[in-house]
Amino acid sequence: MDTDPAELDPQFAQQIAAEPGGEHIQRCFGCGTCTASCPVREVTDRYNPRRIIHMAILGLREEVLSSDFVWLCSTCYACQERCPQDVRITDLMHAIKNVAVRSGHIHPSYRLQVGLLRGHGRLYDITGLENERRAEQGLPAIDESAEDFARIFALTGLDEVVSQNAEATP
Amino acid sequence: MIRYALYLGCTAPVRALNYEKAARKTAAQLGIDLVDINDFGCCGFPLKSVHRESALVLAARNLALAEAQGVDITALCSSCTGTLAEANHSLISDVALLRRVNEELKDATGLEYRGGVRVRHFVRVLYEEVGLDRLRACVRVDLSSLRLAAHYGCHYLKPGDAHDRFDDPENPVSLDRLIEAAGARSVYYEGREQCCGGGILGADEQTALAMPRLKLARVAASGADALVIVCPFCDIMYELQQRRIEKMYDARYNLPVVFYPQLLGLAMGLSADDVGLPLNRVKSRKIMDLAAGGRNQEIGNSETN
Repeated sequence: MDTDPAELDPQFAQQIAAEPGGEHIQRCFGCGTCTASCPVREVTDRYNPRRIIHMAILGLREEVLSSDFVWLCSTCYACQERCPQDVRITDLMHAIKNVAVRSGHIHPSYRLQVGLLRGHGRLYDITGLENERRAEQGLPAIDESAEDFARIFALTGLDEVVSQNAEATP
Repeated sequence: MIRYALYLGCTAPVRALNYEKAARKTAAQLGIDLVDINDFGCCGFPLKSVHRESALVLAARNLALAEAQGVDITALCSSCTGTLAEANHSLISDVALLRRVNEELKDATGLEYRGGVRVRHFVRVLYEEVGLDRLRACVRVDLSSLRLAAHYGCHYLKPGDAHDRFDDPENPVSLDRLIEAAGARSVYYEGREQCCGGGILGADEQTALAMPRLKLARVAASGADALVIVCPFCDIMYELQQRRIEKMYDARYNLPVVFYPQLLGLAMGLSADDVGLPLNRVKSRKIMDLAAGGRNQEIGNSETN
């Protein structure tokens, strides 16, 4: 990859380290235990946690934040359990994705999930049909109680962050 | 008396009615009192990648709802268990964070969380609180001819600290012992620790489906009669997507997938219908016959007695 050194952001790793979950990024000594443990890496070379961490430490801000690959962490925590430096890589990937979202790079599938949660308080809405199927099995009906969710999303700032994304990625 | 709020999450009550049914029926047989809290909503898992603060508030909302009823939480979904337990761990160990999350939670919902709830997977409750000895004593149907492959998945055990390291995340034994307590045999296969890929199904379907394909192939090659799971999202990947994966890779696995409480229920003498077996997509003739045979055997016993 050709990268103009002038485009590197030396503050990027510090920004990640200031994000909850990203605190230990600078501890990485590049051993690759994460990549060797990664079940996603086992099926595709597009996702490589050691590479992402190294890119972040080098300051490849835009390449990391606008990439698809940060969204390929399956959050299995295999790397996090094994990392000899306690980099807490799954938490670190969450931190990077939180920064990516604030920079206008939310993955479309997550924008969809936010919408479902706002409307239904859950990822699968409960229709009359769902409750009929539940009743057939002798299971109690479920009422969606979604009212809290819109208020929570407005109050925590989630709405604002996601709406910026709508403008940034048409 | 073991008493818990049953946290269903989003997936189980819509996509895994067999799991929920078997869990409720076995719990009733074992004297576990499960309380339904209708206002429970999403655990916050999807928002961890988007906006951590909101994810914590959603988790705290559920914790506060259970706390108001004076009950701990047990969940059927491993991701819900992991998300709620991890958020609980963070909130309890960071007073400033708990205060801030509570301010937002209270403003939005009127609820407040004081930090007094524990979160445990339903299968962990069976393992730790009911215990293997009591489970073995409840077995009435002989399942010793079944060779089963345990799939622990990820969030049932990891991150280890959130789950009090009740089992070794690197070399777990709880599900194997539970399978054996139900009278079946647990068989070893390559890649036991492999993730189902459910976490990236939305982001990249092709990559996500390549992950369960590996496990389906390995378990099928091991000759196991079925894969035993403890999470409704693992079920989506291994059972609901199985036919599609077979088409994508021009392969045939035909691997039955059962939730642990279904297996336990059958061993305890519950009917195939009681444990939701007709809802399992990939049918196992062997398990259906054992369920039917077990019932006949029991009926035969009661007639001769």
